[in-house]
Amino acid sequence: MKTRAILWGAFVLLLAALPPVALELGQPFYLDLVRRIMIFAIAAISLNLILGYGGMVSFGHAAYLGVGGYAVGILAFHGFDNGLLQWGAAIGGSALVALAIGAVSIRTSGVYFIMITLAFTQMLYYLGVSLEEYGGDDGMRLRTRSEFPLVDLKDPVTFYYVVLGLMLLSIFIVFKLVNSRFGMVLRAAKSNEARALAIGFSPYPYRLAAFVIAGAMGGLAGALLVNHTSYLTPDFMHWTRSGEIMFMVILGGMATHAGPVAGAFAFLLVEDMLSAWVPLAFVREHWQLFLGPLLVLSVLFFRRGLAGIFGKHDG
Amino acid sequence: MGEALLEVRNLAKSFGALRATDGVDLEVHEGETLAIIGPNGAGKTTLISQLAGNLRSDAGRVRFAGEDVTALSAPRRARKGFARSFQITSVFPEFSTLENVALAVQAHAGHSLRFWRPAMSDPALIEPARQVLKEVGLETRAGVIAANLSHGEHRQLEVAMALATQPRLLLLDEPMAGMGIEESERMIALLASLKGRLTIILVEHDMDAVFRLADRISVLVYGRIIATDSPDKIKLNAEVRKAYLGEEA
Ligand SMILES: Nc1ncnc2c1ncn2[C@@H]1O[C@H](COP(=O)(O)OP(=O)(O)OP(=O)(O)O)[C@@H](O)[C@H]1O
Ligand SMILES: [Mg+2]
Repeated sequence: MKTRAILWGAFVLLLAALPPVALELGQPFYLDLVRRIMIFAIAAISLNLILGYGGMVSFGHAAYLGVGGYAVGILAFHGFDNGLLQWGAAIGGSALVALAIGAVSIRTSGVYFIMITLAFTQMLYYLGVSLEEYGGDDGMRLRTRSEFPLVDLKDPVTFYYVVLGLMLLSIFIVFKLVNSRFGMVLRAAKSNEARALAIGFSPYPYRLAAFVIAGAMGGLAGALLVNHTSYLTPDFMHWTRSGEIMFMVILGGMATHAGPVAGAFAFLLVEDMLSAWVPLAFVREHWQLFLGPLLVLSVLFFRRGLAGIFGKHDG
Repeated sequence: MGEALLEVRNLAKSFGALRATDGVDLEVHEGETLAIIGPNGAGKTTLISQLAGNLRSDAGRVRFAGEDVTALSAPRRARKGFARSFQITSVFPEFSTLENVALAVQAHAGHSLRFWRPAMSDPALIEPARQVLKEVGLETRAGVIAANLSHGEHRQLEVAMALATQPRLLLLDEPMAGMGIEESERMIALLASLKGRLTIILVEHDMDAVFRLADRISVLVYGRIIATDSPDKIKLNAEVRKAYLGEEA
């Protein structure tokens, strides 16, 4: 318990100290990298709510990155730069899409659930491709970052701290949710559905609510991601994206609070190292070739995820 | 005697060609303990699952406290006052013993659309859960993860979770299954202490327990109830001896 608090504290301090240090060393690139990782961490944290705690193997979480991204992008395209409006639309739109997908998919289970969430996301992907006005396949550039009173996202350091704050907020929200009565139903239904039914829980509405909350958080990640890349394509919703987010959760440790964050950092840092830092040109060129086996080994080696190294599963 | 608390008419369930429940009629009165006995594969667990709502019946009606509950799902029946234990232990293995019971308390406490306050430090859930653990004799095991309990303790936890929902009707599927003599004795004492306070349907192979606890006994063979009577009369019933008790001897 104590060690965990210390680890969290050290982690947050490290992230908070990164911008001044990176700028001092003349390496703003790190700011960019870690900001991107934290945005994916938010997506992974939200997926962990339904996958880790709810047992819903959603293979379509990139859908919300897309909906959030397009909400911001389309509003900006039409000249609406207000961040509250854009992010509100991203979160609200994703929540609605999650409501629709969840309402249908949660009635199924197992492989059907995986396939339906995947199918819906593919549908949205092709919808993105067909939106010629917004660049179709090629996507479109975001004219300017979301505009907020007092906070200027065009300043990379400010944007970094906003992302850091939102990531920590996401962790806290999921922590509160899974320990509330609501979260207990969610986890109980995952743990033993027959028993949950027998004592009088009807899991469906709770699962749907979790699905919608996770979608809304995913939409926020999408709004952040399009601001980060300043570019929007249907690839936000590509099924491999969904796979990567799911992988981050599993690698980091399902149903743990540190897991999705650890998973996002590990996955994206390794990806970055293989593709850019490794001193062997051959590895850099064919980095995907090396990422695959590394992923397989890490899952085999860390059965309970990276978070499992530091202790037991937490609630 | 007034209207029965539970009234089952012509209940049926088939698995393919197998008639697991074949036209079962039952009446259980408030406060009564009805034991259901029968050979392996007679359909006892199937019947319990139909009553609890886990298994849809092919035909027949179930009335509970004057209301037709035939179409209700398991959780809806649970909220009306049904509670069951499982023949094969079915708990929340990753949760502590106390949490398992507190979850059952929570399930009974109404909707759970409360998103913020930590549930497991809520006295409204924890206090009643502790009370039930004490009643079944598991209070010293409150903090143990359920997966790490012994078999006998699992059986006690099964009953504790059923009790924690404050049921009107307790459906117990072989609560003594696999227990040692001493553990069985404790379970019998526990059930004896519930007798009269609750209405109980007890499926059990342990004849000693059945004859000590039951007010009436129904004998189920091939999905049919071939006799329902007082324990003394069941002991003497020739058909029953042939179909069931004879096997045991
Ligand atoms: N889901 C199922 N699908 C197919 N057949 C089933 C199913 N459940 C039970 N049966 C069959 O129905 C019959 C009744 O089974 P049930 O489990 O109700 O018996 P039981 O009286 O509880 O037996 P035991 O004393 O062994 O617990 C058995 O022949 C069993 O094989
Ligand atoms: Mg049985």
